[in-house]
Amino acid sequence: MSEAPSIKPRNIPAWIIMIGLVVLWSIPTIGLLITSFRPVDDQVSTGWWTAVINPFGSGWTLENYRGVLTGSGNMANAFLNSLVVGIPATIIPIMFAAFAAYAFTFMRFPGREVLFIIIVAVMVVPIQVAFVPMLDLLGPNNLNINGQYLAVWILHTGFGMPLAIYTLRNYMSTLPGTVIESAKIDGATHFQTFWRLIVPMSVPAIAAFAILQFIWVWNDLLIALLFLGSGDSATVIVALQALLGAQGQGRELLPAGAFVSMAVPMLVFFSLQRFFVRGLTAGAVKG
Amino acid sequence: MAEVTADAPEEQRSPAGPQSPSEHTGGLRRLPKVARLVISVLAIWALIAGIGTMFQAFAYYPQYFPKLLQGVLAVVLGVLGAAAVFYFINLFVESLPDRVSGRILPYAFLLPGVGLIGLMLLYPTVQTINYSFANADSTAYVGLENYATIFGNPNFWSAMINNLLWLLIVPAAVVFFGTLVAVLADRLPGSAENVTKSLIFLPMAISFVGAATIWGAIYAYEPSGQAQTGILNAIVTGFGGEPVSWLSQTQLRLNNLLLMVILIWLQVGFGMVLLSSAIKGVPEDTLEAGRIDGANEFQIFTRIVIPQIRGTMVTVFVTLVILVLKVFDIVYVMTNGRDNTDVIANLFFREIFANSQSGVASAIVVVLLIAVTPVLIYQVRTFRKEEAMR
Repeated sequence: MSEAPSIKPRNIPAWIIMIGLVVLWSIPTIGLLITSFRPVDDQVSTGWWTAVINPFGSGWTLENYRGVLTGSGNMANAFLNSLVVGIPATIIPIMFAAFAAYAFTFMRFPGREVLFIIIVAVMVVPIQVAFVPMLDLLGPNNLNINGQYLAVWILHTGFGMPLAIYTLRNYMSTLPGTVIESAKIDGATHFQTFWRLIVPMSVPAIAAFAILQFIWVWNDLLIALLFLGSGDSATVIVALQALLGAQGQGRELLPAGAFVSMAVPMLVFFSLQRFFVRGLTAGAVKG
Repeated sequence: MAEVTADAPEEQRSPAGPQSPSEHTGGLRRLPKVARLVISVLAIWALIAGIGTMFQAFAYYPQYFPKLLQGVLAVVLGVLGAAAVFYFINLFVESLPDRVSGRILPYAFLLPGVGLIGLMLLYPTVQTINYSFANADSTAYVGLENYATIFGNPNFWSAMINNLLWLLIVPAAVVFFGTLVAVLADRLPGSAENVTKSLIFLPMAISFVGAATIWGAIYAYEPSGQAQTGILNAIVTGFGGEPVSWLSQTQLRLNNLLLMVILIWLQVGFGMVLLSSAIKGVPEDTLEAGRIDGANEFQIFTRIVIPQIRGTMVTVFVTLVILVLKVFDIVYVMTNGRDNTDVIANLFFREIFANSQSGVASAIVVVLLIAVTPVLIYQVRTFRKEEAMR
């Protein structure tokens, strides 16, 4: 049915409803995108749709983007912070998780089932449980790294770990067992089998998890706000949240700020959508 | 990858030959076992101390480490350092007597990942329960006082009602719209199917704060007589109505519903992706059989398709239940709980962030923890059932 070249009459209702839904789903984002290119006076005096109806009669500007990147919002700095937070927080958990997933998939040892069930259970536990003890552990009374990138890297690594182990293990258990067997016959150690066979074969799953984790870390507000704060190290999401709170002056920068914060996830979405979808599907807590 | 699989059969033919991988790694493996044990212990210690010192230096002397340098060093040290630690852990375990090493190796591979889960999720869970019986800065026990505080606070019960509403409405709505989009898109030609699905899926990449910004513009309100820049109020006034301050509409908790719309808008794409692949997996001949028996399209959908995708619908529902229980960002940035819109996670954040009440905050989390327990048990059960079928 999907190869049908023309619109079949019995599918016309499907077309109408789908077009309606797509319009409904896209208008909010498009509206804000258009607003982000409109001068202050236009933003407050007319809705974005007037600029669509009469594009040549209304003003267009990049001033909001300039303002949000350099001015009070200082989104350029926040953008850099988000990259510095996001990239290590994506890459570091993968190696830990891959080794653990290998052990869960290819090794037999007492406690294997129990440990893995704990991981399945922990995926459901809200991360809020960790905050009070972690603020204490990372705070001035103990490690005193609160407010540093390191604190956030560690937190994201820990919170991403159950899902990472779970998805990688599920993927690895689909790999052909004969490959492992033949490596064993060749006298390869587990360490060698891991690096030379399993890691290269698991690249699709690793990529899918990496994209999911990166977008998750990039879009996070709670951890960034609690452990990194809103000062010089604020991420784009924290900066956007600060802009949202600012009433009155500077309000015109908000739409542009939103799109600066969305630029990277959007880029990832459009260029790596397949991996992103795969990551979500694998990460959906299987029912 | 291709290279590896191509090599495998060749190596299989000469199992004990000189090509055997353990031979040509050479280096440290040629040393006597005792020397290897000592070297690996020293190396692990040096690596952990070295990386630890480096990160400490970032923390205490940020002026010497520009952001980008910190980021690059973190990636390089984190990845290479972790690889090296694993290498020496492996070397250490392999140098132990064979009988011992085989037993220990799995735990060595698990240690960093599972240890981190223990440190950052299991230990804190126990500690949070512990702190929930302690005072604001966790220095003395106060018995059940924190629970008395939260249960005696009408805001807590209002937040509980809101969470319940989120729980009743959002997962069901996501499953409904996700199924609708998946079914309808399946009827469109390939390219149209992909484009429409992409556009519905797009919000999945947007942060909660970004989504709140987008929808804040839709719900925008200006007093009567002024120009309405929010599309909702522009429509209302266009029909001659009075502009409405949407997020202050407490009757029937309408404002809560408007916040839920944001999460539904974000998550329908997720439901659609899972449900779409489930629908594509429904065998064509079961549909044909229904058609031959004279069932109409609607009957085919409700009696043949739905029973076969029920498992996926449950998966989407459960995932959304977990998400909704801890919903925070949207409420925090849109209303911060004003006009009866508070939720448990936002209540928690206020206690810990603005009020510095660790005890009360912990007690709130314990309530949250109790609320997820049924889902947790369900998840573990389904997992075990699936494993049994493997």
